[in-house]
Amino acid sequence: MSEASREEALARALINRAPLWRAASERLQRLATGGAREVTNAMQAVEDYRLLARDLATARRLIPNSRTREYLEAAYAEAHAQVHRSASHPLYALWSLFRDQIPQVVKELRPYIAWVSVLFALCVTAGFALVHTYPELIALFASPDMIAGVERGELWTEGLLSIAPASVVSAQVFTNNIVVSLFAFCAGFLFGLGTFYIVALNGLMLGAVFAFTAQHDLAGRLFTFIVAHGCVEVSVMCLSGAAGAAVGEALIRSGAGGRSQSFQAAALRSGKLLCACVLLLIGCGLIEGYISPNPDFPLWTRLVVGIGYWLFMIALLQGWLFGKSRAAQPIPA
Amino acid sequence: MSSLEASDTTPALVIDSATGVDVHLRVAGPGARAAAFVLDWVIRLILAASWYVIAAVIYNRRFDVRAPLVPSARWFVAVLAPSVAIYFLYHYVLEVAMRGRTPGKRMVGVRIVTRSGSTPSVGALLARNVFRLIDSFPFAYTVGLITTMVTRDHVRVGDLAAGTFLVYASGRAQLPALPAANVANAAQAELIGELLQRWEQLAPEARRRLARRILDTTSPDTTSPDAPRLEDDGALRGELERLMTARAS
Repeated sequence: MSEASREEALARALINRAPLWRAASERLQRLATGGAREVTNAMQAVEDYRLLARDLATARRLIPNSRTREYLEAAYAEAHAQVHRSASHPLYALWSLFRDQIPQVVKELRPYIAWVSVLFALCVTAGFALVHTYPELIALFASPDMIAGVERGELWTEGLLSIAPASVVSAQVFTNNIVVSLFAFCAGFLFGLGTFYIVALNGLMLGAVFAFTAQHDLAGRLFTFIVAHGCVEVSVMCLSGAAGAAVGEALIRSGAGGRSQSFQAAALRSGKLLCACVLLLIGCGLIEGYISPNPDFPLWTRLVVGIGYWLFMIALLQGWLFGKSRAAQPIPA
Repeated sequence: MSSLEASDTTPALVIDSATGVDVHLRVAGPGARAAAFVLDWVIRLILAASWYVIAAVIYNRRFDVRAPLVPSARWFVAVLAPSVAIYFLYHYVLEVAMRGRTPGKRMVGVRIVTRSGSTPSVGALLARNVFRLIDSFPFAYTVGLITTMVTRDHVRVGDLAAGTFLVYASGRAQLPALPAANVANAAQAELIGELLQRWEQLAPEARRRLARRILDTTSPDTTSPDAPRLEDDGALRGELERLMTARAS
């Protein structure tokens, strides 16, 4: 028997194994959709994976330009994905995220949080100084309607609830804040410059608006409005800015794995912090919709809510709300 | 370990496996990506608009989709917020729920995988979608489109951040018909099987031409000067089927 005939016979034998591949694919499909959960099903999946690997290797050698090989490539890739699929425990993953991973990320990002907070504070001061010295510069930061209102002695925040219901105000506010926060993080892709721009712009606006309202004796009323939600809102801006700055630094000072790997690692690691940021901003939106514009709440109540919510934020970021971290637990003897 | 190889014009993600046989995944290019995105965009637009119209009609108790003149919390919660959520959270929710697929991706035959060929984690899928803010900048996904065109493995910024790839899924490949052994070799058997599978989809002239060419090479006795020439559509098909089944009997 010549070599060519032998290979031809092998190819025929291979193609005649098609029913085995079809059955293997169907079993893997059942496993993927959760229709098979027994250990024997998993063991069978491993056997199917080996079967497809063996036949694919033969097909690549004997019939490389065939539909049989194309089918086997696809079936093998699917089997690979199934066999290497990680176990899914969504509730535990969520618990672990808030108990272990977010506190760890906060710990790693401490220098970034500190520097971004300094940048924000400097920009608030700069914005305040600018408008205090050159009042006409407020036109750069506020709309004409807002300026006209303040000049009449009215804050734009007053009567907010007469325009829209509290739930609508809340949703609009937290949606807008979440988008800004996500943008501050993503803009780190521009080597951190985009993040710095967003943090700086928000700081300048806050300082400028406070200076402008102070010139019209409205700063106290603005503080009363802001204090309940503002403590956490500003902190979250600094947190998402810090996450963005970490992404930016990963691109500038990439490690041995290269810029792409470094960027990916930083984005996935610091991005976990955004889960906490989004939750906190939803809370801020609810406070800004239901408490801040409501004149029935006195200043002391607002201070208690603002400081209390800020302490809650600290507890959330440290993982204190979810029990002891696994890392901190003693190892059993 | 994995690497990217360029075969023909399509780059392939080649993944080492414990079996010793590499997994080859063809990376989807900007065309497949754009097609999947447009399909998803149409689907989410239809879903969001449908919710809005149906909820608005129920809210107004007549066929009127206009919002009330005085802003209402009930209108916002029941009509506006769900429509907006469907539109903006479509990719976030479905990619996680469908393990790296969406209806649009499924229609185009692509799926999201990690560098190791497995389904990405929830965190990676969320990060991939958060970076849509950059990819969609300044309008119409300009940044995303440019990065998919200029990067070797056709990825957008979101994929770079999440370490994901868009690859062709297995649903596209079909198992060929089982060949019997009455033809010259396995490749020809596969060719006959494929032609028979696609017989009804081909134009009569095209399938007759293909059938005759195959018969010329596989069974010369039918095309010898002494043999009657097969011209009829049914006769050609019959002869091909005979080749595929004769040995079995």
